[in-house]
Amino acid sequence: MIYADNAATTKMSPAAIREMLPYMDEIWGNPSSLYETGQRAASALRFARERIAACIGAAPDEIYFTSGGSESDNQAILSAAKWGERSGKKHIISSAFEHHAVLHMLEKLEREGFEIDLLPVHENGMVYPKQVADAIREETCLVSIMYANNEIGSILPVAEIGAVCHEHRIPFHTDAVQAAGHMPIHVRTQNIDLLSLSAHKFHGPKGVGVLYARRGIPLTNLIEGGAQERGKRGGTENVPAIMGMAAALEEACANMKENTEKLLKLRAALIDGLSKIPHSALNGDAQSRLPGNVSFCFEGIEGESLLLLLDDRGICASSGSACTSGALDPSHVLLAIGRPHEIAHGSLRLSLNAQNSEGDVAQILQAVPEIVGYLREMSPLWKDKQNGKKPFIL
Amino acid sequence: MALYSEKVMDHFRNPRNVGFLADADGVGEVGNAKCGDIMKVYLKIDNDTVSDVKFETFGCGSAIAASSMATEMIKGKPLPEVLKLTNKAVAEALDGLPAHKLHCSVLAEEAVRAAIKDYYDKNGVEYDQSQFPDCASCHICGE
Repeated sequence: MIYADNAATTKMSPAAIREMLPYMDEIWGNPSSLYETGQRAASALRFARERIAACIGAAPDEIYFTSGGSESDNQAILSAAKWGERSGKKHIISSAFEHHAVLHMLEKLEREGFEIDLLPVHENGMVYPKQVADAIREETCLVSIMYANNEIGSILPVAEIGAVCHEHRIPFHTDAVQAAGHMPIHVRTQNIDLLSLSAHKFHGPKGVGVLYARRGIPLTNLIEGGAQERGKRGGTENVPAIMGMAAALEEACANMKENTEKLLKLRAALIDGLSKIPHSALNGDAQSRLPGNVSFCFEGIEGESLLLLLDDRGICASSGSACTSGALDPSHVLLAIGRPHEIAHGSLRLSLNAQNSEGDVAQILQAVPEIVGYLREMSPLWKDKQNGKKPFIL
Repeated sequence: MALYSEKVMDHFRNPRNVGFLADADGVGEVGNAKCGDIMKVYLKIDNDTVSDVKFETFGCGSAIAASSMATEMIKGKPLPEVLKLTNKAVAEALDGLPAHKLHCSVLAEEAVRAAIKDYYDKNGVEYDQSQFPDCASCHICGE
């Protein structure tokens, strides 16, 4: 199997699994208990918090463990919204191609009377600091712009956007789910007040993540309960998962330079090879993109068919076509960068990790053009374009 | 893949009757690029019977499988029988489709129907208009 869907989830690293095991069979106590096995779990949690804080340039008491990226995004946005509301500020700036964990939370707040500005995304997958600066008002209580996009891999200028926010004393949240473990993060120098990350995107376990909240940002609970996470997130901590997350993030950060170098080579070969397919286009910026992300649109075909035929050849990938999601519209990300519906249906996302090889890339480059060609052969849309009845778009 | 039945995957991987007929007596095309699926059916009619059929489809796995199955079901059948083909029958013959994919079987039925209407129109055959509703599947994309 060639796994090229690491933006969906990643295989756990052996180091992360090793780190988790003792917290399932030896040190399985509740960190809130005062006897020894509980206190050993509590001290492990403290250690995990310190290690994760060190990876992103934060202080340990700014790290909140959550169930993952969606919960972190939800709590970050809700907290800033409620904070703003207390001083009559109910305007939020975000972008049109955020993850649904952000967008759906913002829609909910809009129904509750908040004004939401979703900044348009440039066709290269960028949102620029100037756009944020121009959208800021007296009543703005939050700016939430993702660090890197999950579908097209574009990396946004978060430090500069954060600087604009800080000039206006507005809290800045970034959904760093796709960036954590793959791109350097330093919340202080990057002017980040709230940040979401998810362990299973960097070879950690599923169902666990982090909300970083700068000291002084008051959090609103999503889960009421005990005094865990300094009273901001009730529920007994998932100690094994948290330990696995800490190990995975440390490992990913330690190997980042080496992994990036390797991935950039694989990515270049993939982009180069896929660009040779006629009437195709790379989605997102060619330079400022996640090292493992390759996203393409192929005119005249539909993405789900492509994925199923890739799966038959042992290649796991994903698509932003409507059919792959069960929705009626194709990916909001591809629509946000200006791809017409028809073109967005024919999208393919390959997201590599450092375990992928040049052989994997060669097999992908063998399979994709063949399958695209085969599907085009049976596509009446493609035929109409070829005989001039319909115009080519790409 | 557990998303689809073995039947769907078989017809998707090995679609029957793919291609076109240069001398087709009736051609029907339904769906649109915006929605992500277009089906085109070519019929050869002899003695009021479908003597040959081909299809071309732009669409997902179930759209290709439904096209393939529908063409299999009408090949060699007399037109009155072909007109009784329902999307439900296509979906059942495929051992079911996921709920959000049922419109693929609707498109297959409509493509066949559109091809017969084209044949009737070209040959001046009288028919009951109500048998050929206009693009009933278009609620899918709201167009």
